Amino acid sequence: MTVLFGQLFTGISIGAVLLLIALGLALTFGQMNVINMAHGEFIMAGAYTTYVLQQSITGAGLSLLVALPVAFVVAGTMGVLLEILLIRRLYARPLDTLLVTWGVSLMLQQLARDVFGSPNVQTRAPELLTGNVAVPGGLTVANNRLFILALALAAVAALTLALRFTPLGRRIRAVVQNRDLAAVSGVPTARVDRTTFFLGSGLAGLAGVALTLLGPIGPTMGTNLIIDAFLVVVVGGIGQLKGSVIVAFALGVLQATGEYLTTLSVAKVIVFVAIVAFLQWRPQGLFTLRTRSLA
Amino acid sequence: MTAVTPAPPSTAGAPAPADIAPGSRSGGRSRLRAAAGFAFGAALLFAVAPLALSDFRLALLAKYLCVAMVAVGIGIAWGRGGMLTLGQGVFFGLGGYAMAMHLKLADAGPGGMPDFMQLYGQLDELPVWWRPFASPWFALPATVLLPMAVAFGLGSLVFRRRVRGAYFAILSQALAAAMVILLIGQQGTTGGTNGLTDIQGFFGYDLDDPVNQRMVYFIIAGVLLALLALARQLIHSRYGELLVAVRDSEERVRFLGYDPASVKLVAYVVAAGMAGLAGALFVPAVGIISPALIGIVPSIEFVIGVAVGGRATLLGPVLGAVAVAWARTALSERFPGTWTYLQGLLFVVVVAFLPGGLASLWALARRRDAGPEQSRRGWPAPARRRASRAEAHR
Amino acid sequence: MSDDRLDGLSVRDVRVSFDGFTAVDGVSLEVPAGDIRFLIGPNGAGKTTLVDAITGLVRATGSVCFGDQELLGRPVHRISRLGIGRTFQTSTIFEELSVVQNLDIAAGARRSWATLARRRRGIPDEVAAALETVGLTGRADQLAGTLAHGQKQWLEIGMLLVQDARLLLLDEPVAGMSHEERDATGALLETVSRDRTVVVIEHDMDFLRRFARSVTVLHAGKVLSEGTVAQVQADPRVQEVYLGHPVDAGPVPSGLEA
Ligand SMILES: Nc1ncnc2c1ncn2[C@@H]1O[C@H](COP(=O)(O)OP(=O)(O)OP(=O)(O)O)[C@@H](O)[C@H]1O
Ligand SMILES: [Mg+2]
Repeated sequence: MTVLFGQLFTGISIGAVLLLIALGLALTFGQMNVINMAHGEFIMAGAYTTYVLQQSITGAGLSLLVALPVAFVVAGTMGVLLEILLIRRLYARPLDTLLVTWGVSLMLQQLARDVFGSPNVQTRAPELLTGNVAVPGGLTVANNRLFILALALAAVAALTLALRFTPLGRRIRAVVQNRDLAAVSGVPTARVDRTTFFLGSGLAGLAGVALTLLGPIGPTMGTNLIIDAFLVVVVGGIGQLKGSVIVAFALGVLQATGEYLTTLSVAKVIVFVAIVAFLQWRPQGLFTLRTRSLA
Repeated sequence: MTAVTPAPPSTAGAPAPADIAPGSRSGGRSRLRAAAGFAFGAALLFAVAPLALSDFRLALLAKYLCVAMVAVGIGIAWGRGGMLTLGQGVFFGLGGYAMAMHLKLADAGPGGMPDFMQLYGQLDELPVWWRPFASPWFALPATVLLPMAVAFGLGSLVFRRRVRGAYFAILSQALAAAMVILLIGQQGTTGGTNGLTDIQGFFGYDLDDPVNQRMVYFIIAGVLLALLALARQLIHSRYGELLVAVRDSEERVRFLGYDPASVKLVAYVVAAGMAGLAGALFVPAVGIISPALIGIVPSIEFVIGVAVGGRATLLGPVLGAVAVAWARTALSERFPGTWTYLQGLLFVVVVAFLPGGLASLWALARRRDAGPEQSRRGWPAPARRRASRAEAHR
Repeated sequence: MSDDRLDGLSVRDVRVSFDGFTAVDGVSLEVPAGDIRFLIGPNGAGKTTLVDAITGLVRATGSVCFGDQELLGRPVHRISRLGIGRTFQTSTIFEELSVVQNLDIAAGARRSWATLARRRRGIPDEVAAALETVGLTGRADQLAGTLAHGQKQWLEIGMLLVQDARLLLLDEPVAGMSHEERDATGALLETVSRDRTVVVIEHDMDFLRRFARSVTVLHAGKVLSEGTVAQVQADPRVQEVYLGHPVDAGPVPSGLEA
């Protein structure tokens, strides 16, 4: 029973990381249908932002708190630049967008290597987040995992509220549901796109800050994250957040259970097979925004 | 047939023999030109290159030609069939590992075990799934059939459920990621991160001997030419036309009574077989196969050569792959960082601004003489078609 | 193969709903073999959705039989192979391929893989015949994307002919056509209906009066009226739907054209 509970929590904390790295994609890919392979490098940018801030702000807790908004803005700005310079020209060509942004991600990785060096660097975690807390059932849970879970849930909540209740959120949803209609109804679609991209990329920055709590950071950290993040959104379904949220946690638990029963590498393969099997059942993902396509 | 299908005044397409609309030109002339092209290619590969290049350079060229074989397959699957496969490394790897396992076992001699197994695995007995690879009669067909079987399995699942576009691309990439993690994780039986290294012999020939290296080069060049001939036949056949139709409007093809899933499946499986063959020949040419050669990054690097050369043409992918691989060696020897920037930039510039690849420049130049009327030809569809964004995805 | 048989279409109590919204709400209709049936109705009446249901594009309940074959529940390409062909509201030819290539692909669903693996030599007879019928012989080698709008529509019909479709479902085939092109299309319909059953969705009343043999009016997913052109025009419910109020008998005004 404790074992089960322990696996469940491990799964949930893996899921929280997945959710955090996928949430930005749920906006840019899920809402705008843009496949941005440089999203992983925006995560990296958030992580390095934390690292840089720690050079000047000595308190690890304070620097983490400062890093959250700064990384959001840094990554968001990179996203907007990318949108303006390249992605905007490629909206009708999703596959080409994928390749172009992959090229951008290569360049950003090299930039990180040139600026920070190839070896991984480590940030200091605040005292408060290094310990464990005991939870009922005789288990302990790492504080940093709890923090990430809280951050992920807070981000989801904030995003949901923003999409539902702010004028900007309404515009984003309008553009998602019917771009042409939104455009003729006076919604400035280009500006909405840019703002959505800022938010989505900014969320990648937040994820980067959170990841510094889990391990060292390096120039290629994004490559490994990006696929998992995309899978979450693909399986979750396009156009809505709740699919990604559910799937992130489901994949996290599956991964944790698989890892417990076999090994890490076999668990990855199990997850892949499960995803292909799931797509047999729901090729459009868990939730879909139905639109009329064809012909 | 010339009576009913008069050739248009100009064929202004991509470079011969790989025009975009194959049906619309007189078959005789095009076949003649293709034959001349093949003869020229063969002369280049079999006579000029071995004479002009040092042993070291020739070995490099052999490696590039293996990459080019993968590119031919990607050209069919992606350029013609619209399936952007970011996981060709998996098939390349399956072919490579199948070959390397056989060669390792042959090196170890009857009843022997590959060196690394005792080292990492502390195994005293060959794992069951290694055993069949001791026989060349199993291992050699497996280098091609294994990748084709995996492609068939994955393809029939996802194409039938109409998983396509970016979704397919991401899935294929995830497959590459999963495969690499699996290989690294099972170090005792796969060699882990190191892969299978230190391969000495190739069916009794010592691979350290430059003469035998040359022989390997000739085999590779011959196989590449054969694959090109196969690709050409495929592209110009009725199936080739159908594949383009599926790429441009899968639903419409379905309403004509075809099952687009099987049309795509064939192209995907063929591309996988080509990648497997390439991987198998890569092993004797380079002497190693490892996860770093087949993961996400190499898989997407296979694509860049195709994009640079011209995805929808026959020769574009081959020339692009060789050119990119060559530039990589030349530049990364001297300025490693610069090459990465350049590679990234190449992706951005070519895909965003020249989606037809260098082949479209060639076509453009030829079109100058042909006049403006046909100026639309020679570009692959994705460059021009403005699909609705929602539709373009699946 | 039973290719030369002339079959009718029988639709019984077909229902299609999208997330709770019922687009086709219990439609039944019989189209006898060899008919030219026009399907009309205001925008959003469910005409296209009904055709989608017949051709397997959307899931539906009820029953659709062509001859003695039940269609509902089969995948799209199987339905097509039973001899049902359709066009779409927007043209969906393969713009990257030539006219001949378009037709040759349409003709080929029953070809073996061995045939597919070979090159096409010349123009197959059925393709040549279709080119003749739809009047595109002179443009055989032109890239389909460069055809004029009307010619694209004809090419689509030609593709149905070589496909051996015995039931043609045409979604607004004359929309955007000039007068001459409409006449030519009408004549084409009459030719092809000699050995086929044809269902046409149209908003153009003029075209309907000239070429319809029978008419079904859909409204809000239901059959509102059915009969000959004259009967339907005289039906007060039809006039109410189109005009918002019943009027005295007489030709339906051109305001009908949506
Ligand atoms: N995939 C879908 N999802 C949701 N609603 C749909 C879908 N397809 C059709 N509808 C709705 O079903 C109704 C019927 O649509 P349909 O296209 O069949 O009408 P129509 O009679 O062909 O109209 P028109 O003359 O404008 O072509 C419309 O209200 C439409 O919005
Ligand atoms: Mg309609």
